[in-house]
Amino acid sequence: MIKDQRRKERIDRGIKVRSDGIYAMMSWRELTYLVIPRLVLIIGMLILPLVLPGMYWQRVITITCIYALLAISFDFLAHFVGLVCLGGAFFVGTGGYLTAILNTSLGLPPLLTIPLATLLGASLCTLLLLPCLPLRGVFFAIVSLMYPLFAMRVIEALDILGGTDGIIGIDSFANRWVEQYMVIGITLLFLFGVRRLVNMDIGLVFRGVKDNDQAIRASGMNITIFKAIAVFIAAAMGCMSGACLVHIYMWSGISQFALDFSILPIAATVIGGGGTLVGPLIGCLILVPISELLRDFGTLRIVFYSLILVGFIVFRSEGVMVYGQRKYHQFERWTRI
Amino acid sequence: MSKAPILQVQSITKAFGGIMALNNVSFDVFEGEILGIIGPNGSGKTTIVNCITGFIKKTSGHVLFRGKDISKKPAHKIADMGITRTFQIMRPYYSLPAYKNLVIPLFSPRARRTGGWRGGGRLGDRNTVGIDILEEIGFERDSYVPYKAAATLPTGYLKRLELARCLALKPDVIIGDEIFSGLSMSEIASMVPLIERLQMDGITIIMIEHRLRELFRVANRVMVLNFGEKLMEGRPAEVMADKRVKEAYFGSQEVEEVMTHA
Ligand SMILES: Nc1ncnc2c1ncn2[C@@H]1O[C@H](COP(=O)(O)OP(=O)(O)OP(=O)(O)O)[C@@H](O)[C@H]1O
Ligand SMILES: [Mg+2]
Repeated sequence: MIKDQRRKERIDRGIKVRSDGIYAMMSWRELTYLVIPRLVLIIGMLILPLVLPGMYWQRVITITCIYALLAISFDFLAHFVGLVCLGGAFFVGTGGYLTAILNTSLGLPPLLTIPLATLLGASLCTLLLLPCLPLRGVFFAIVSLMYPLFAMRVIEALDILGGTDGIIGIDSFANRWVEQYMVIGITLLFLFGVRRLVNMDIGLVFRGVKDNDQAIRASGMNITIFKAIAVFIAAAMGCMSGACLVHIYMWSGISQFALDFSILPIAATVIGGGGTLVGPLIGCLILVPISELLRDFGTLRIVFYSLILVGFIVFRSEGVMVYGQRKYHQFERWTRI
Repeated sequence: MSKAPILQVQSITKAFGGIMALNNVSFDVFEGEILGIIGPNGSGKTTIVNCITGFIKKTSGHVLFRGKDISKKPAHKIADMGITRTFQIMRPYYSLPAYKNLVIPLFSPRARRTGGWRGGGRLGDRNTVGIDILEEIGFERDSYVPYKAAATLPTGYLKRLELARCLALKPDVIIGDEIFSGLSMSEIASMVPLIERLQMDGITIIMIEHRLRELFRVANRVMVLNFGEKLMEGRPAEVMADKRVKEAYFGSQEVEEVMTHA
């Protein structure tokens, strides 16, 4: 066929069609087709701590998961609710400081501080973001970016919560296995939980808020309430990652409000493929180790994330997972136009 | 048709900057009737829908629903009270299949209270209730159409989907903004019995239309807007015979036709 008379046609593989819905129960082949990708991901994540050499790389895995939680939360808000939230660092910092207070002042163990900080932090973040929820698109993005910067300056200026020194003397996890498997478990739980959520009825409403909020209002639903619920869920993930981070480093400080926590998850989402929820995790698995290798460059690493982001956007890349899912589910062939 | 007005629109005025989109418009809508609103392009028809349903703020004036002032209520509260609307510019949830489009309104507080369409699904599965509503509104249940992504549906089905979204709330009032426009004669012919059935179910219907001939067949009363002002209101025959209406529509081929053939 001549080059400009053809176009690429994408067709779902037979097995993809056969394994949609309950028909997947028909045979082992269809079941395997569905289960394999999930299994690879879960088992892969679970054996990572066992195969990685040395403490250093095992720590990198924990940090990767913490960023992955943030990235999934960003992807959820951006692609399923239509809120581009650049305030990931605000969630981390809030969850982190709350954990620090709960642990040092009240003496609660990590098993209690993490869930408590998650719930309290998510409520606090949702309350504080409530006035901005009617804002749309880029306005919400800009305002949400201000929150962590604001919190950082307030702590610095008023010298509260330990000021620039932060809060020290926080309990660590019992041992590094608890630490790693706890964080990996939480990440997988939230990943599959959020995937389930967006396909539930309330998830469809979230997507409706993104696609057509006028129709949601015309259906007698308050958009702000649904946005608030979504922000609560996303903030809970962010606060939980902050809570884990504080127990890992046994320290909580203003660097938890740093731009890294807002920007790296976005870069990871773009690389991994937005709207897939797994993509952000894959993106973190690629980005965080590279970022750790570049640790010597300090804050200059933001430049590196930005370059990757710009590259992906300029070349209109669809992201690793979107590409992967397409290849897995569909085949392509050239057809004459 | 009972006598009590279900909706009372009292001297609504709406100015967009310098443009008077609506100037002191008042009318009543009676329970169970079909009221047609017609007028040339830009005469303020969509604006009046937006004012009644709370999608834009009125400059002045009041709207009463069953005697209660709803002028200050936000759009979602008004919809929750049972006043639903369709949009002239249809924007379904394109990526979702048609029946999943209805899961969203069925999730609303009103749909939970009223238990879905015809008592269907207070506790039932929203997907099934959604398909039931689509069948009511003319989607063939056993065909693939209800399961197709909304983006691939032709205009006729999208208009029905807009109506179905209203029906999911078990509304008292439906305000349809140009449901007929963009449809072929035969599509309209199949929609008319549907509208009449909704009326028999006790739903009050306000229809904004450009397709006068078809509207005059179903409407009990018609109100005419021109340059944001109420020109007249009356029974279809009276409106057709009125000279001012002819002037307002002067040059419009269809009106000439309707007027002469009536
Ligand atoms: N958001 C807005 N801002 C400024 N002017 C507006 C706005 N919406 C409507 N208008 C103006 O108000 C007037 C009435 O508009 P409206 O959309 O209500 O007309 P319509 O009768 O629905 O017309 P059509 O038959 O084309 O749908 C028009 O002159 C229009 O330009
Ligand atoms: Mg209009």
